[in-house]
Amino acid sequence: MPNIVVLVKQVPDTYSERKLASADHTLDRASADAVLDEINERAVEEALQIKEAQGGEVTVLTVGPERATDAIRKALSMGADKAVHVSDESLHGADIIQTAKVLAKAIGTVEGYDLIIAGNESTDGVGGAIPAMLAELLGLPQLTHARKVEIDGTSVKVERETDAGRTFLEAALPAVISVGEKINDPRYPSFKGIMAAKKKPVTTLTIADLGIDASEVGLANAASQVLESAPKPPRAAGQQITDEGDGGSKIAEYLVSQKLI
Amino acid sequence: MTRTAPLDLVAADDLFSDEERAIRDTVRKFCADRIRPHLAEWFEKGELPARDLAREMGELGLLGMHLQGYGAAGTNAVSYGLACHELEAADSGLRSLVSVQGSLAMYAIYAYGSEEQKNEWLPRMVTGEAVGCFGLTEADFGSNPGGMRTNAKKDGSDWVLNGTKMWITNGSIADVAVVWARTDEGIRGFVVPTTVKGFTANTVPGKLSLRASVTSELVLEDVRLPADAVLPHSKGLASPLGCLNEARFGIVFGSLGAARDCLETAIAYASDREVFDKPLSAYQLTQAKLAEMALELGKGMLLAVRIGRLKDAGTLKPEQVSMGKLNNVRVALRIAREARTILGANGITLEYPVMRHANNLESVLTYEGTSEVHLLVIGQALTGVGAFR
Repeated sequence: MPNIVVLVKQVPDTYSERKLASADHTLDRASADAVLDEINERAVEEALQIKEAQGGEVTVLTVGPERATDAIRKALSMGADKAVHVSDESLHGADIIQTAKVLAKAIGTVEGYDLIIAGNESTDGVGGAIPAMLAELLGLPQLTHARKVEIDGTSVKVERETDAGRTFLEAALPAVISVGEKINDPRYPSFKGIMAAKKKPVTTLTIADLGIDASEVGLANAASQVLESAPKPPRAAGQQITDEGDGGSKIAEYLVSQKLI
Repeated sequence: MTRTAPLDLVAADDLFSDEERAIRDTVRKFCADRIRPHLAEWFEKGELPARDLAREMGELGLLGMHLQGYGAAGTNAVSYGLACHELEAADSGLRSLVSVQGSLAMYAIYAYGSEEQKNEWLPRMVTGEAVGCFGLTEADFGSNPGGMRTNAKKDGSDWVLNGTKMWITNGSIADVAVVWARTDEGIRGFVVPTTVKGFTANTVPGKLSLRASVTSELVLEDVRLPADAVLPHSKGLASPLGCLNEARFGIVFGSLGAARDCLETAIAYASDREVFDKPLSAYQLTQAKLAEMALELGKGMLLAVRIGRLKDAGTLKPEQVSMGKLNNVRVALRIAREARTILGANGITLEYPVMRHANNLESVLTYEGTSEVHLLVIGQALTGVGAFR
C-alpha cells in the first residue's frame, strides 16, 4: 500500500493577465486569479488512481502563501487524504534551489513515504527543475516526464516521453517521479469530495518548524535575480495572405520561418 | 481600462462560502468541458444524449444533490441553486434534466415515498443509472392541475391507471415515472416503472424551445400496479405542488445563469464589433442597454441568494419562491432579447447562445408555474384572497 506525496503549486490562472510586481520583479499574485496548476491536477489524479488500485495514502504538499490553501482544498476535494502547507513570509521570492530544499525538509515530516509525484513543470515559473533537485537532495532515483506509471510494491516503472523520444525507466522505491500532460485526464472533484475536503487534516508549517533559518531563503538570498522586466508589447496586427493560387506555399513559408514545421 | 464582470457589481462572490464556490466552479468547468462544445449541435438536431449525461452528472453529485442520504451529496440549497445557475448558463435544457430528476422525481419519492420505494429508486437515481420523470401536467390542465383526468382505480389490492400526461421532461428516456392521478381519496402519486404494460412515452416533436431537452407525452392505458406503488405520504394536490416549489427554486438561480451568459456574450461582442469605425461598446445606447441588463441581473442575484438562505434556514414560503421565479425568469428573458439586439443578425444564429437562451426562456417562463400564476400566488399572500379562478 504505497504512501504517496504529491507536490502541488498554486499558480496564476493562465486565462488571466499574469504580471510581475514592479517593486521586486516577483510574481504579482494579487493581480491574477489563483488556481491549482493543471499539471498538478494530473499528478494528484495519478496518485489517486494508484491509491484506488492498491490502497495507501495520498498527502499533498505545497510551499506557498496563505491563500495557497485553496489549491490544497482542490487537491483534497479530488480525493487526497491530507496536506502539508509550508507557509512563511520569509520565502517570498525564493528561487528553485531554496524551494527544493524546503520541500525536501517538508517531505521528511511525512512518515514512510514510498513515492513522490510532481508535475514536470509549473505554468508560471516553467523551471521544470524541482523534481530533479528534490531527488538529488533526498538521494532518491528520479523518473521524470512520465506518460505512464506502474508500481508493484517495491519498484516503479515509468514510460518517459520527451522531445528526444520515449525511454523506459525502472527504479526501486522510494522514488521521485514527474508527470507530463499525457499521463491522464484529471477527475472533477465530486460534491461529496468538496464537502469532505474541509474536514481533512492540513498541517501548516513555517520554515522554523523545518529547521531552516530565514537567512537561507527569500529573495535576498536567491541564487538567481531578475534585474529588469517589461510588460509584453501589445499584440501586433496579424499578417494577411491573399490567395493568388500560391496561398498554400505562402502559409508553408510562414510556418517554416517561425520554425513551426 | 480593466473591466468588471457583471455579477461583480453586486460582489456576488462574497455572498458564498468556499464550499459553495467550489461546487459552482466545478459545475462551470464541467459545463465548459463536457456540455458547451456540443450545445449548438444538440439544439439544432433536437437531440440530447441525456442518459450518458445523467451518468456523468451523477458522478459529480448533481442529481438530487440537496437531498440527504441514499448516496446523495447532501449539499445546502444555495449550492444547488449555484449548480442550476451554471447549468442554465450552458442551456436551460440541461438544468431541466437535473431539476426534473432531483427536484421533481427524486424529491417526490424522497418526501412522500415509503422506505422501500426510496431504497429501490433513490440510490440509482443519484448515480444517474436510473432516470426519472414527473407526470402532473395534462394537455388541458396546466395551471389547473387539480382538474386532471388521469385516474387510478382500485381493483382488488391493485391500482389501475388510465390517462395522458403532457410536456413531461425526460419522459421518453425515463426508467421511472412519478405519476399523479385522481383517486377516491383525492390526488395521489404513483411510482410507475416505465417498463410496465400499458405505459408508453412519445417524444413531442416540433419544439422551438428547449431543443436540448427530452419532452414527452406519457400514455397510461390500463396500467396495473401493485398496492405498494402509491406514494404512501402523498395527500392531495399539495404534494405535487410541494415538488414544484423545489423545482421553482432551481429556476430562481438557473434563469439568471442564462441571462449572465447572454450579457457576457453581448459585452464581448460589443467590444469586438466595429460600427462606424468604433466599437459598438463605445456607443451610449449600447452602454445603456448593458448597464440596464447588469442592473437587473445583479438585483435578481441578490434576490436569489436571499431566497436560497431562507430555504436553508427552513423558513422559505411558497410566495417567496414565486417572487423569485417570476422576477428572475422575466428579467432573464428581457436580458436575452436585449442581448440579441446587440448581436444584430449574428444574434439569431447558433454560433452565439443568445437566441437559444431566449427561446429556452420562453418555456421557463411558462413551466413550473406561469408568470400569471406566480402573480396570483403573491396576490393571494398579500390579500388573503385566492383569485386563481
